[in-house]
Amino acid sequence: MSQAPFYVSPEQLMKDRADFARKGIARGRSVVVMRFDEGILLLAENPSPTLHKIAEIYDRIGFAAVGKYNEFETLRQAGVRYADLRGYSYDRTDVTARGLTNAYAQTLAGVFTTESKPFEVELVVAELGAAPDSDQLYRLSYDGSVIDETEHVAIGGQADAVTASLAGVRSSQMTLREVFNHGVAALGSATQATLATDALEAAVLDRTTTKQRTFRRLDDAAMSGLRED
Amino acid sequence: MAGFPPAFLSSTSNSFVELARSLAPEALPHPSTRDLAEASPDGTTIICFRTASGILMAGDRRATIGNLIASHSMEKVKAADDFSVIGIAGTAGVALDLIRLFQLELEHYEKIEGARLSLNGKANRLAAMLRGNLGLAMQGLSVVPLFAGVDDSTPHGQIFSFDVTGGKYEEHRFHSIGSGSGFARGALKKLWRADLDTSSAISVAVEALFDASDDDSATGGPDFVRQIAPTIVTVDLENGVTEIDSATVLDTATEVVARRTAAAR
Repeated sequence: MSQAPFYVSPEQLMKDRADFARKGIARGRSVVVMRFDEGILLLAENPSPTLHKIAEIYDRIGFAAVGKYNEFETLRQAGVRYADLRGYSYDRTDVTARGLTNAYAQTLAGVFTTESKPFEVELVVAELGAAPDSDQLYRLSYDGSVIDETEHVAIGGQADAVTASLAGVRSSQMTLREVFNHGVAALGSATQATLATDALEAAVLDRTTTKQRTFRRLDDAAMSGLRED
Repeated sequence: MAGFPPAFLSSTSNSFVELARSLAPEALPHPSTRDLAEASPDGTTIICFRTASGILMAGDRRATIGNLIASHSMEKVKAADDFSVIGIAGTAGVALDLIRLFQLELEHYEKIEGARLSLNGKANRLAAMLRGNLGLAMQGLSVVPLFAGVDDSTPHGQIFSFDVTGGKYEEHRFHSIGSGSGFARGALKKLWRADLDTSSAISVAVEALFDASDDDSATGGPDFVRQIAPTIVTVDLENGVTEIDSATVLDTATEVVARRTAAAR
């Protein structure tokens, strides 16, 4: 009996890769990024106090990721290098989330189609606008596809459940306290568990600060102060 | 593949200077083949001393080219990050570039590593950057920084001075650099005490810079016409870097002038 021809259709190849990446991402816990009246909240379920899922990229740009740690860490560092080099060569105001998102999208898409294995990550790039209506939230998938969101965006294994429990929440009209509690409740309901404060990681991009760098981590004490449940 | 250059994804360095040197060398200051020392603004007095709570650094605002005043409002003392300050004397263009590069070096490390460098680590990094600038120094475009700050292991702060070859020296009480530094240091020898609170520290700083501007033509005094005051920055562990607003400094300068006017009658 002769050997079957070694042929995989492009549709099948892409589907296999997408399934592989989705499976990797589904194992991880979720992250939610939400606008509030005076900034943007980045909130993650993350028991590790040192291996961050949320990070600062630049003055007004925050980064959140789920999936394989070494892969999104590489992408985070690439983003910091991109932003710092661009800000030094031109001006700090010339570093934008849109430019960074494009670079991420191209890189993710390139790896998805040409490398032996796609990145098992999903990312959010958030930019704090000077005024609330110029805030930007971009969600990036493992294949480089980009979606921009208006109020809040969830990524990770239970992203759909988190998004469903936040449906109809106009977070950009709310205070940090309200948004934080909505976020904690949504992450908790997706996993049907009560989340301890030390299993959360949170940071804000703060529009009210006078500093150039608006990214600020919330420590356990600050999170406990915001929690109402 | 479009997107990030491969070096962005594969680099293991946490130094911005190394990254820029390999990817965008044209963006960094570099030696030219001409002797530019005659045409570049320089001159300054920067002083720095310990206070009861931490560190104070102050600098005048003048830049000169030969016998001309190039700028009345240059800022030569700046926050390097949230807990340290840098002041630079020497060729203005190179000095400002070095400050900007050093600020970015600290920020880049902090973001890549997720932690701040220690104060000694920052000082060593600055020394390495000066060594890298040796080519410029040989052409007469020398810059000499003064660096100070606090961190958890040295809550009362440390002051470091440098030379153009990258030598790093810790100063334990006060120090001054620049063309008017001799006069300012003379004043500090008489006025400095270990227990200066913030308001008396500001007064001491204004007096020392006033003495420097009195005798050094490249150092500017408080400018009441344009309302330009010397830059004064304090650092302590509780509040981090705080720049004293110019109205407060001008008020103190007014008192100093009144006191000296009365004494001279």
